[in-house]
Amino acid sequence: MKKLLTAAAGIALASVLSMSAVAADKLKVGFIYIGPPGDHGWTYQHDQGRQAIDAHLGAQVETVFVENVPEGPDAERTITRLARQGAGLIFTTSFGYMDPTLKVAAKFPDVKFEHATGYKRADNVSTYSSRFYEGRYVIGQIAAKTSKSGVAGYIGSFPIPEVVRGINSFLLGAQSVNPDFKVKVIWANSWFDPGREADAAKVLISQGADIITQHTDSTAAVQVAQEQGVHAFGQASDMEAFAPNALLTSIIDNWADYYVARTQAVLDGTWVSTDTFGGMDDNMVNMGPFVNMPADVKAMAEATTAAITAGELHPFAGPVYKQDGSLAAAEGEVVDLGTLLGMDWYVQGVDDKL
Amino acid sequence: MSAYEAIILTIITASTPLLLAAIGELVVERSGVLNLGIEGMMVMGAVCGFAAAHVSGSAWLGVIAAVMGGVAMSLLFALLTQTLITNQVATGLAITLLGLGLSGLIGSDFVGLPGVKLSNVSIPWLTELPYVGRLVFGQDPLVYVSIVLTAGVAYGLKYTRWGLIIRAVGQSHSSAHALGYRVIAVRYACIAFGGATSGLAGAYLSLVYTPQWIENMTAGRGWIALALGVFSTWLPGRLAAGAYLFGGVWILGLYAQAMGLGIPSQLLSSLPYVATILALVVISTNRRLSVINTPASLGQGFVPDR
Amino acid sequence: MQIVLEKRSQASSWMNVMSPVLAVSLTVIMGGLIFAAIGKPPLTALYLYFIDPLTSWWSIEEVLVKAGPLVLIGVGLAVCFKANVWNIGAEGQLTVGALMGAMVPILFGDWQGPWALVAMLLLGAVGGAMFAFIPAWLKTRFGVNEILTSLMLVYIAQLLLDWMVRGPWKDPHGFNFPKSVAFEGWHLLPMWGDGRMHLGLVIALVIALVLYWVMRNNLKGFEIRVVGSAPRAGAFAGFSQTKMVWFCFALSGALAGLAGLIEVAGPIGQLQPHISPNYGFTAIIVAFLGRLNPLGVVFAGLLLAVSYIGGEGVQIELGISDKTTQVFQGMLLFFILMCDTLILYRIRYLSAKPVTGSGDAS
Repeated sequence: MKKLLTAAAGIALASVLSMSAVAADKLKVGFIYIGPPGDHGWTYQHDQGRQAIDAHLGAQVETVFVENVPEGPDAERTITRLARQGAGLIFTTSFGYMDPTLKVAAKFPDVKFEHATGYKRADNVSTYSSRFYEGRYVIGQIAAKTSKSGVAGYIGSFPIPEVVRGINSFLLGAQSVNPDFKVKVIWANSWFDPGREADAAKVLISQGADIITQHTDSTAAVQVAQEQGVHAFGQASDMEAFAPNALLTSIIDNWADYYVARTQAVLDGTWVSTDTFGGMDDNMVNMGPFVNMPADVKAMAEATTAAITAGELHPFAGPVYKQDGSLAAAEGEVVDLGTLLGMDWYVQGVDDKL
Repeated sequence: MSAYEAIILTIITASTPLLLAAIGELVVERSGVLNLGIEGMMVMGAVCGFAAAHVSGSAWLGVIAAVMGGVAMSLLFALLTQTLITNQVATGLAITLLGLGLSGLIGSDFVGLPGVKLSNVSIPWLTELPYVGRLVFGQDPLVYVSIVLTAGVAYGLKYTRWGLIIRAVGQSHSSAHALGYRVIAVRYACIAFGGATSGLAGAYLSLVYTPQWIENMTAGRGWIALALGVFSTWLPGRLAAGAYLFGGVWILGLYAQAMGLGIPSQLLSSLPYVATILALVVISTNRRLSVINTPASLGQGFVPDR
Repeated sequence: MQIVLEKRSQASSWMNVMSPVLAVSLTVIMGGLIFAAIGKPPLTALYLYFIDPLTSWWSIEEVLVKAGPLVLIGVGLAVCFKANVWNIGAEGQLTVGALMGAMVPILFGDWQGPWALVAMLLLGAVGGAMFAFIPAWLKTRFGVNEILTSLMLVYIAQLLLDWMVRGPWKDPHGFNFPKSVAFEGWHLLPMWGDGRMHLGLVIALVIALVLYWVMRNNLKGFEIRVVGSAPRAGAFAGFSQTKMVWFCFALSGALAGLAGLIEVAGPIGQLQPHISPNYGFTAIIVAFLGRLNPLGVVFAGLLLAVSYIGGEGVQIELGISDKTTQVFQGMLLFFILMCDTLILYRIRYLSAKPVTGSGDAS
């Protein structure tokens, strides 16, 4: 019996070793996910990016991922493990992984790290994020054109700058069409609780909102909009299947181009630490198809998208007034990057307090 | 639809899954068994329901599959705790772990697919009545199921022979055994009933509340249902009141947010829990009521002496 | 023929040793079948799962780091459950403990030195205990069931932490992201090794050993066991049920609070919205797996930690999903619980109809 077990362990060990030997020829690219790829939202899109690496560079690269890694004491261990097991490039795809990523990066100077949505960098740590708010501006315009009540409902996850920026940009876009447009906000206090998101959508609709938009990860709110006959927008991924009559368009996070390019840079030996804040111009923010709207609204949305892509239009171009009436950016100015990154104030017209 | 109707409808939708899961657990606990695996049974119900409805196109087949999924998980629990006399608390927690994992595996092919919604009841003329029509005659079928189940359990436990046996088994399994009742068989049946309603609660999530499959979509509702059981001091009427109170405070918190009152959202989110604790204190001060219904042998395994 | 369980006249010491062995063997066989069924090499998977975490110093350290809080909370809960006091809210006590202890680095950041760390540890324990006093008070004053109140308080504590790190205790230079300032110097636990071994692990082990001794040899341990298993006898002996509730909540709350502080002052190094991957709930499983015996809890904590670390390993090496790991863990728990039954009961094969029992099962 004992002999058998030893033999079995030997075989197992041998196969593990042989596996590592195969992997050694290829560049190993690791991913840490906050949720399951099956959320059809944030993690889903990152996983699409990972699959794009497989599709484009599969011959030279092997990808691995760890899902459902909580932002706590476990994150540092999981990142370390990927580094120890020979990953040459590691994407950590949630804000809460910032400090663990930096700690691990200091111990593995030869491994390259890419941290999503953070602000701390090192020689071997890049950060990348996306100007989602550009898409929010476009859907704000569509909302103001489509809405009859002049009120939109916005379901937020947590009041972090990224989400606040989205709300402001949405409202600025809407006010460029209808200066009296209002937005009501409900914080779900969760990135992911379909039931609560659905409840929030229903409450907002009963409070007079006839446009629903959300910065949470599930498709629940979009579905409620479909059911109750109001309009909605998809977030993170294309959600048309869930609301064929209600959906106007989706803001799609497209990480694929960036992931493939960064992996290629490691293969070529040209990788350097950078800070990327990508938007429509570098294809990191895409708009889904514009549907369920009249031709003139569609034309306006397309024109705005083109203007933002070309750099002719900045959603936070002045004059921008804060909720308390003070001026955040004067005519001819643009709200500066530092303020955008740490945004903790609303613009005028938000029916909520921070 | 007026605002008050919308509020009540939303509250009912939020409360029904809690009530469904809790009413079954109430019967389980009345028979002297503590099943902490509600979350696991519920999420299995949700995935089985969604899968069957999606494949067959019939929401009702989904409901049946959800019930079967819940029952299957509960029978596993029964096998372990009743036949093999394992610790009920630990086994229940293990069921939850297993359910969350297994549902993820089953559901991996169904992520991102639109679901089949169980349509609302619609009775010509009655449903169109002003003010009360939508509320009384236009809900989804499972709302009526939950109410009928609650009333049935309340009546059954109090007035039928079956109810008497269940209470006897929960009160003192050795005495019930001495009287010739088959303690373990009774408990198996109660546990299966609890699994069935937990499965229904899961079906409510994936076929009515948010008709889609998402991993971990129960998001902790099983635990709330469990708490409601204790909250109700094992009385079905109080259980229903508790479920609607919880759902009500939950939804009104969202209303307060939408009105832009500027109260921290975390404070509003914690209100349902605070309200439950306070309500419980009020109920518990009446000691006679809270002790009298507590199943005396709750959580203890039973092995007949031979 | 019928298979029935029969209570042994005394616990089998043979099965006491054999049951874990049997459980692990069953899990290995079933697990192998499952891995084979989903088309993964079973032997490799099992090796990665159970053996690989113990083959390098780094992963052994990580197992210990993971097991530390589980053991610390688990031993407190074991004592609680032994006394029939049901504290399900360790996760909330952990959170409040972390908040209280974090007062030192956040509000008195200039106070450095060993005493600052001692104060943090004490505040962590006091915070956890104070939060645990809420269900204890409601239980003893109003007779409110403690399972419910302690569970509800978990959600309240987590929302409180969330509000603190997004509001008053937010790092002023952190771009308004939800986290506190990073702890520095004496506000962090001493660490050693090349990984993340920290002082908290020593604390956890010492406390487990002390509680083991108390439960075995001390009058308090006797009192806990009597009140838990035979409350009426305990009352005759002059042991107060009310005092026992306060004692158990104080102990388990303090240990959970301490564990929370150790996490934020150790592996995490700051306050943030998520500080625990459900340690407070997992510790309930650990307490039962350890048969409510502090020494058993240490082993149970280590076993669960190995299965977490191993589960991560199979995810990375073989692409076996997180869900499969959960199923596998659930199964491991089932087998351990089932095999433990054999310590107290023996299996009998009956050929005749079972005789009706005589009445009293105890």
